[in-house]
Amino acid sequence: MSAISEVFAECRRDKRAAFIPFLSAGDPNLQTTGSLLQALVMGGADIIELGVPFSDPIADGPVIQSASVRALEAGTSLSGILRLVARQRDRLGVPVVLFTYYNPIHVRGVENFAEQAASSGVDGVLCVDLPPDEAGEFIQAMRQHNLDTIFLLAPTSTRDRIAKVQASSTGFVYYVSRTGVTGDQGALPKELVKQARRLRRKLHHPLAVGFGINTPEQVAAVAKVADGVVVGSALVKLVAEHGASPRLAAVLEERVRQLTAPLR
Amino acid sequence: MARALLRPDAQGYFGPYGGRFVPETLMAPLAELSAAYNRWSRKRTFRNELRDILAHYAGRPTPLYFASRLTEKLGGARVYLKREDLLHTGAHKLNNALGQALLAKTMGKERVIAETGAGQHGVATATASALMGLSCTVYMGAEDCRRQRLNVDRMRLLGAEVVPVESGSRTLKDAINESLRDWVTNVRNTHYILGSVLGPDPYPRMVRDFHRVIGDEARRQLKKQAGTYSPDVAMACVGGGSNAIGLFTAFIEDRKVRLIGVEGGGRGETLGEHAARFDGGSLGVLHGTRTMVLQDREGQIAATHSVSAGLDYPAVGPEHVLLRDLGRVEYTHVSDAEAIAGFQLLSETEGLLPALESAHAIAHAAKIVPHLPKRDIVLINLSGRGDKDVESVLEYLAEHQDDAVDPEIAGVSVHPAVHKWGTPRGGQR
Repeated sequence: MSAISEVFAECRRDKRAAFIPFLSAGDPNLQTTGSLLQALVMGGADIIELGVPFSDPIADGPVIQSASVRALEAGTSLSGILRLVARQRDRLGVPVVLFTYYNPIHVRGVENFAEQAASSGVDGVLCVDLPPDEAGEFIQAMRQHNLDTIFLLAPTSTRDRIAKVQASSTGFVYYVSRTGVTGDQGALPKELVKQARRLRRKLHHPLAVGFGINTPEQVAAVAKVADGVVVGSALVKLVAEHGASPRLAAVLEERVRQLTAPLR
Repeated sequence: MARALLRPDAQGYFGPYGGRFVPETLMAPLAELSAAYNRWSRKRTFRNELRDILAHYAGRPTPLYFASRLTEKLGGARVYLKREDLLHTGAHKLNNALGQALLAKTMGKERVIAETGAGQHGVATATASALMGLSCTVYMGAEDCRRQRLNVDRMRLLGAEVVPVESGSRTLKDAINESLRDWVTNVRNTHYILGSVLGPDPYPRMVRDFHRVIGDEARRQLKKQAGTYSPDVAMACVGGGSNAIGLFTAFIEDRKVRLIGVEGGGRGETLGEHAARFDGGSLGVLHGTRTMVLQDREGQIAATHSVSAGLDYPAVGPEHVLLRDLGRVEYTHVSDAEAIAGFQLLSETEGLLPALESAHAIAHAAKIVPHLPKRDIVLINLSGRGDKDVESVLEYLAEHQDDAVDPEIAGVSVHPAVHKWGTPRGGQR
């Protein structure tokens, strides 16, 4: 059983949803990200999603777009991120999922990437613009190195797409709560509860829900119908606001604690 | 070979290039679009309606013009121009915009979005939307809004909302990013009219099909006017590559015809200074497709530069890469300075202000035509008119009036022309 699957099994025993915070790696720089990962764990993270900055993040709203710009300007690279994970993974004690666009992986070669990610201690990879239909080679390489492949489902996914994602995923499936980009500020869509329940019945993987979840109330609502709750932009915004402050880690930890309160 | 080229496989691949690299939210809508396109593009009713609009509204067929003064000036092969600049709205882009807008309407979509670089695809989409009663939003890089201001005004007058995009390099690439973000959000009621042979399947083949009328017409016209279906050379500029594919498709099986695509060489060979993907690019995945991309070693997409907004883009349509691999099309590039010289050459010899994009093809023709036998025929796609570029050209000339003239296009009265007109910044020596 992978470390990610173990986390979900443990949460199921505790009858609670897993909390999965997201941060853009390298924002404002990789060294800071290192200390922030610790803060996420202290605050109650069960799994960490680490965003790999990309020059053209088509699935991201303004908050994560800006974070990517800051990270790239600080010289962040996938190699640097893998080195950070290698230094931190054991100390963190929670699984790390890379949340990335495909091109940085494509350019270094899927096989090379899988090998380097595995040896750095990465647990799983979610490639936001790589649907299972294009992922044959990717999945094969990841399996060989015992890395979980997490794919997305969306409100527009049809029955055959759900089957395809089901067959290609390991660890968990990530349900995008709404048609849109990351960081939506609005209320959760009305259909979310129904859709998540329906998917959870169909899938034999744990289901995590993300995109536009900002408040403890929203975390609580989603936790009722999902196995995991992902919060990204709300945390990345904190990093943007407190980037230079020595209190950033403490502020982040406190916010994660508030967000995970409904799960305890 | 030809069959394989004209029909990408079920996953939308031209050989190893193409595909659908998009977030899950768009996968089902792309399948739906693909099915709708496959279905409607075969139906006589749809084809007849589009043909009728193209003939009576857009002005097809566009003329094939024997450029006798240019031919005389260059002193080599005979030069024919396919006059897409005479299509309504002033560029070939309308062929595709009308086709996709009609498809969107047929699919019951109420709203369309588009990206635009030079503004021609935006104007075409705004026009098609007005014609078909669709609501229209166009994303355009803020830098492009500045250098193609005339087109911004045209789009607004046509009733479209124009959204300047301030992120990244503030050019075409960023406009596509923003269009994809809009589409992923509003996909249920919105069709994305992508403007080139780029993006995820079915766009590269669908946009190609809507533009192949360019080459099909030219071939017939050439037979009538010059007695042959086969020019010796057919050439076009290549940004994403829609006007080039539109011209080339009719000639791909005709191996006698040498095909040449001309990219934006910008102002230097360093990454970031040009848009020559075949020279400086490598295989990558951008905007939903696997193709040649200008990028750094970490897979971050590079900035590009071209004096022409329509060529200022870091990737090229996937079918072009296959055509290059197969040796069927040669790709080359000309610099900003050469393109400006091409602009002036055509303006002064033929009374045709070409779009700066098309001026790249003219500039390359000026290099090779003098060395070709007089009996040869060179067919150039004049993909658009240059009114939108007047300011850019004057600005360029003002900034470069002290530069030496490229010897390869010498003999043409190039940069000194600025002295005749004065400059917008008043800076005469």
